[in-house]
Amino acid sequence: VNTTESSSKSQRDRDALLATWSDRPGFIGWLASVDHKRIGLRYIATALVFFTLAGVLALLMRIQLSRPENHFLSPDQYNQMFSMHGSAMMFLFAVPIMEALAIYVVPLMVGARNISFPRLNAFSYWVYLFGGIMIFAAFFLNIGPEAGWTAYVPLSSSDFSPGKRTDFWAQMITFTEVAALCVAVELVATILAMRAPGMTLRRIPLFAWSMLVTSLMIIFAMPAVMLASTFLITDRLIGTQFYNAAEGGDALLWQHLFWFFGHPEVYIIFMPALGIISSIVETFSRRAIFGYTAMVMALIATGFLSFGLWVHHMFATGLPPLGNSFYTAASMMIAIPSGVQVFCWIATLWTGKPRAGGRIAVPLLFVLGFFALFVLGGMTGVMLAAVPLDLQVHDTYFVVAHFHYVLIGGAVFPLMGGLYFWFPKFSGKLLGERLGRWQFWLFFIGFNAAFFPMHLLGLMGMPRRVYTYPAGLGWELPNLIASVGSWIIAVSVALFVVNVVLTLQRGKPAGDNPWGAPDLSWATSSPPPPYNFEQMPAVSGREPLWPLDRELSVMTGLATDKREALLTTPMEAAPATRWAMPDPGLWPLWSALALTVLFVWSIFSPWGVVWGAIPVALALTVWFWPRRSQPSLGGDA
Amino acid sequence: VQSALSPAGDQATAILGVWNLTLWICLPMYVLVVLALIWSLRQKPDAVPSDQVLTRALLGFVVLTAALLTAMTIGSYVADRRLHASVDDPIAIRITARQWWWQVEYDDPDPSQRFTTANELHLPVDRPARIELGTADVIHSLWIPALGGKEDLIPGRNNVLVLTPRRIGHYRGQCAEFCGLQHAHMALDVQVNDAAAFTAWRTHQLTSAAPPTSASAIAGEKLFGRLACALCHAIQGTDAGGHSGPDLTHIASRRTLAAGTLPLDRATMAAWIIDPQKHKPGATMPAVPLQAQELSAIVDYLMGLQ
Repeated sequence: VNTTESSSKSQRDRDALLATWSDRPGFIGWLASVDHKRIGLRYIATALVFFTLAGVLALLMRIQLSRPENHFLSPDQYNQMFSMHGSAMMFLFAVPIMEALAIYVVPLMVGARNISFPRLNAFSYWVYLFGGIMIFAAFFLNIGPEAGWTAYVPLSSSDFSPGKRTDFWAQMITFTEVAALCVAVELVATILAMRAPGMTLRRIPLFAWSMLVTSLMIIFAMPAVMLASTFLITDRLIGTQFYNAAEGGDALLWQHLFWFFGHPEVYIIFMPALGIISSIVETFSRRAIFGYTAMVMALIATGFLSFGLWVHHMFATGLPPLGNSFYTAASMMIAIPSGVQVFCWIATLWTGKPRAGGRIAVPLLFVLGFFALFVLGGMTGVMLAAVPLDLQVHDTYFVVAHFHYVLIGGAVFPLMGGLYFWFPKFSGKLLGERLGRWQFWLFFIGFNAAFFPMHLLGLMGMPRRVYTYPAGLGWELPNLIASVGSWIIAVSVALFVVNVVLTLQRGKPAGDNPWGAPDLSWATSSPPPPYNFEQMPAVSGREPLWPLDRELSVMTGLATDKREALLTTPMEAAPATRWAMPDPGLWPLWSALALTVLFVWSIFSPWGVVWGAIPVALALTVWFWPRRSQPSLGGDA
Repeated sequence: VQSALSPAGDQATAILGVWNLTLWICLPMYVLVVLALIWSLRQKPDAVPSDQVLTRALLGFVVLTAALLTAMTIGSYVADRRLHASVDDPIAIRITARQWWWQVEYDDPDPSQRFTTANELHLPVDRPARIELGTADVIHSLWIPALGGKEDLIPGRNNVLVLTPRRIGHYRGQCAEFCGLQHAHMALDVQVNDAAAFTAWRTHQLTSAAPPTSASAIAGEKLFGRLACALCHAIQGTDAGGHSGPDLTHIASRRTLAAGTLPLDRATMAAWIIDPQKHKPGATMPAVPLQAQELSAIVDYLMGLQ
């Protein structure tokens, strides 16, 4: 009798929660959604579309470079394409997709009902989407960026890049900045204030730790590029002279500001990947990660050090040699925390049972690929830290090889592993195993074919960002191999798309926790209901779901008839208060649209900032207009 | 010709030393990590190392990494000192980069010993060259891999690159900092000669342009002055005195055309003049409409400027 009663109460709770947390049906409901899972998936899908577009540009460039003195692309097309490829990969794919994954996974991992600022989250997605559409529309209208993703002045100044191309680029930066900063703030607040009771700082899953450090880095790094691009825009549009040496400005100021952001940027891309790897390695090793404390300290150390390295992008600019040496030492030092993490993962695998399930699972396969590629890229990074060696290989294909090894090997391989790992969480279905293996091996082989020869090309004197090259310097064969490799990667990415489509159509149900993973994101159904958890989980250890047959303790007391979240203290995650979370709404969308009008208008006239600010202010005012709601502070949450 | 792996000068040799040092430290470490990874995937015996053992191994690994990084940092520092060592009796050169070519000025305390050329750099072997670097427009980077590392040419800054060639031969340099549409076609032809050959070249460069001899070449000289050419190009000893394009006083003695875009001979010279945009789209040189006869006269004239 008791069981029946409690199960019917539980059913009532579920119905009430579903009614409270569901989006309204239909297209409007879809637009108005503030569910972190829906927005996270949208973000991931959008980022993958931009990844594909930027990848197609890379294929076209590789056709152009497959033989010397080729005329497949004009220099203008080539320059726009490599600028667009870099900008889109960095600003529209790499950073957003890592944040997107976190938007989906982190609230589940810490046991929260939603992300901390759900409407800001929706706003962030719309701003990101509109910024991406704007820059690709500009590109297809032949007003795409042309000065590289680094846009060095004075090449990007109005004297040497007249027209609107660079203005669109600079404004795209502004869009993605706004979006990235919003998400960073949400993630910091979610991780620090919304963790499940009992999830003290030393019990936070490493993926959430890595996102916390990443988000703090975004908050500190992005203002530098915001400043840099704003100076650039005002130099171009209203005649300021921040970068004009002839008028007392300084061309190197751009490089300092840009790389003060740009170097942390690559760690902003790479750190979430470290978190993904920790999740995958721990799950498939069937043991708690070795050296948790060392890993957390390594993440924090990397975060700090990454702000002290930017000058190694500027060794050839003639800065004082002694100063350069300090940056050499600092750049070398960052290999230590990376080495610690690699050691801890291998030690975890070494003492765990990565082959308990027979063959090596696809997510782990991608992580193993990460080791082979990233360690190599890390070592060429150490080489680039040495000033004299950098003076030879800086701005050559050696650098191109290096950063693709660390960004694709270090971030995209773990990301792919992460997508295979969390796909059952997203959809309730497991991605095809056989296609997954094919995808991995094609990616791995294609990647090495495409990028390993570039090390040699750089040492043989081939500068980067050249649209063609002469015959007779020994560059023909490595370039041809690289071009073939790029197409193998394309086949691999196509297989991923096929795998996703087939799986969504007729994949087999995965069950709630198909990998036997230990963190809270697997403590609910797959895919999770709109309210994430029926009752708030409470944890007493670092791996709350291990052993797998264990009963999870829960905490009751949150309202089911209104959107209520549990806030906990930052250090000890002791329950602190209940918090009324906002309902879905369209005002984030209208605000993002108004902001888009302002940003695009300001490309053409400074008055766009003035008149465009009015709709933005109106939209934000309505968005934040106080509504009558039951006070929910205090109480016995 | 353009490889950092076959050095022909002190600076490039010092840098290759750093390459070898880092390569031979990193390669074994890489192999070690990959082997450890493969070994970690084997089917396990029952007994695996305890976490205490792993912690000790981690500490050892950190110490080893730190020691190797320190070794590489010191190696890098020592080599960097060699690159910035002061040199005796250097030959003084000033290179000014422009979109998309190199202006090369040989300096001398005696003004009559100064001269200007373009897209070619001649150096005497075994004597250091002190090259001052400037730019007339955007940031460029001068890179001659066989002789040494690169150095940027930045508006408002005076950078200096010291190169000490040790092997006679032809080398190729190229702009290494993206500088716009024709960044790919901005090469520098470098010739290292023995002291006597260098002095002979220098003496010849100091002379004015050879007066044209054939009727066609004489007509060519007139056309050069009458058409747009002389607005941008200088030819010493004639009225042509423009400075926004390369100095052509001894153009026919160079090996390449348009900053390495084409090898220099009669046919390429004609093809270049009739349509520069075909070979180097975006270059600042316009196509000047010419009759076949006029073109041939100008080519005769220029190819006589040995």
